[in-house]
Amino acid sequence: MDLLREALVWLADGGNWAGPTGITARLGEHLMVTAIVVALACLLAMPIGVWAGHRGRGGDLIVGIAGAARALPTLGLLTLAALALGIGLVAPVVALVVLAIPPVLNAAYSGIATVQPSVTGAARAVGMSSRQVLAQVQLPLATPVLLGGVRSATLQVIATATLAAYTSNTGLGRYIFAGLKANDYPLLIAGSLLVVVVALVVDALFAVAQRFSVRHR
Amino acid sequence: MKQRMTFGAVAAVATLTLAACGSSDTIDADPSADNTAGTGGGSEELVIGSQDYYSSEIIAEIYAQALEAEDYSVQREYRIGQREIYVGEIEDGSIDLFPEYTGPLLQFWEPDTEARLMDDVYDALVTAAPQGVSILDQSPATDQDSYVVTQEFADEYDLTTIADLANVTQDITLGANSELESRPNGPDGLKEYYGVDVGFTPIEDGGGPLTVKALQDGDIQLAVIYTADPSIDTNNLVTLEDPEGLFLASHVVPVASERVDADAQAIINSISAAMTPEILRELNARSVTDQSPAATIAADWLADTGMVS
Repeated sequence: MDLLREALVWLADGGNWAGPTGITARLGEHLMVTAIVVALACLLAMPIGVWAGHRGRGGDLIVGIAGAARALPTLGLLTLAALALGIGLVAPVVALVVLAIPPVLNAAYSGIATVQPSVTGAARAVGMSSRQVLAQVQLPLATPVLLGGVRSATLQVIATATLAAYTSNTGLGRYIFAGLKANDYPLLIAGSLLVVVVALVVDALFAVAQRFSVRHR
Repeated sequence: MKQRMTFGAVAAVATLTLAACGSSDTIDADPSADNTAGTGGGSEELVIGSQDYYSSEIIAEIYAQALEAEDYSVQREYRIGQREIYVGEIEDGSIDLFPEYTGPLLQFWEPDTEARLMDDVYDALVTAAPQGVSILDQSPATDQDSYVVTQEFADEYDLTTIADLANVTQDITLGANSELESRPNGPDGLKEYYGVDVGFTPIEDGGGPLTVKALQDGDIQLAVIYTADPSIDTNNLVTLEDPEGLFLASHVVPVASERVDADAQAIINSISAAMTPEILRELNARSVTDQSPAATIAADWLADTGMVS
């Protein structure tokens, strides 16, 4: 428990929060990386998943791709990417996007595909075009599921974005690596606690958003 | 300096090494293999140990084959794990000969030592060695952290020692494991002892391929890589001399029991004298790149140098 107390003391020290390597800056970097990665993953995976769900085709392929991508070890992918692209933030972002794609892709596909056929059939029967069915019926009904996918991706990325510090001077992972390598366990624990708290807070925000989207669809 | 001039020599050794492969059979045979079970009598077996580290095993095997060539019988106890374990066995005489590294061994016996430079460390080590353990001559070959730059960067700014980095007109970024940032031999030490200002970026692969890639890309200009790492040669990197001893000197040094007699000591000392950092890297490279077994690497090198024919 001494280590935990030391970690809390370190966190409580205002001096550790200021400056370019302070907690505030690291926290901002961490959230920035997470936002970029999740945005890129959504941009890549959401249209494909939604389209496949809407057409009711390619489901097996999507489940297969998502499953395979899930099995890729992020650290290995990061090393490969960094060997090809050099050190810096690009390689970790690439590796994290691959991590974030499966939950978004799965949610987009299944969210759209599982809208009751009777509902989409009714929409067509009243004269909606295919595009209108997608935009006015399927997407609103699927929003909670889509948000769930983004939520799951975001949490995984927050936890794994610590790896950004493997090849760049970025994020909360800096505390964890520095603590790990220098046997500075209070620093390691403090860094881990910060990641846990960020994950919980962001998850709570998503929970609120998801509930809101259910009520207002 | 020496480093650069010996590249030619390394290449020559490599060529010779390849040429000598055919002769390994003659010294590979272990004459003592059949009568290990204590035949008693005249010749005692010398027990040779090594760390659980491929480079250490190669050096130990060189000792073993050189001694066997002079009709000593040896027993091989390689790949012993922790220093805590095998140093005890050296002290109680159950291991007779062991390739060690000056700085780390000194710090094991004297954790508070302030010695950092090659000769200081060696002298302190000789003093620190317990009764019955003798420290033979240290080799020029090292296996320690070192600051490295690319050959092009070294040529551009005429770099030989770390202090020469003061001549560099562009910003220097040091890439290394994150713990170095706060260690006394990191950026702070560069500033304090050499007056060199560097930026820092973490690369958590311990001087591995990502670090080398970053050097070659110019993302970083300075990195920390082991002096015995074959990647220094394969990637055309240059080790900068460290006259102030930022990094603890870690020269290959044989540690011997009393059972290693004067003739055997002379054989081992001649091996240490012949081995340079470049040669050690070359030997390591044959293990890493060609996957050659230690026995073959040792036999080839002994034949090349003419120490065993």
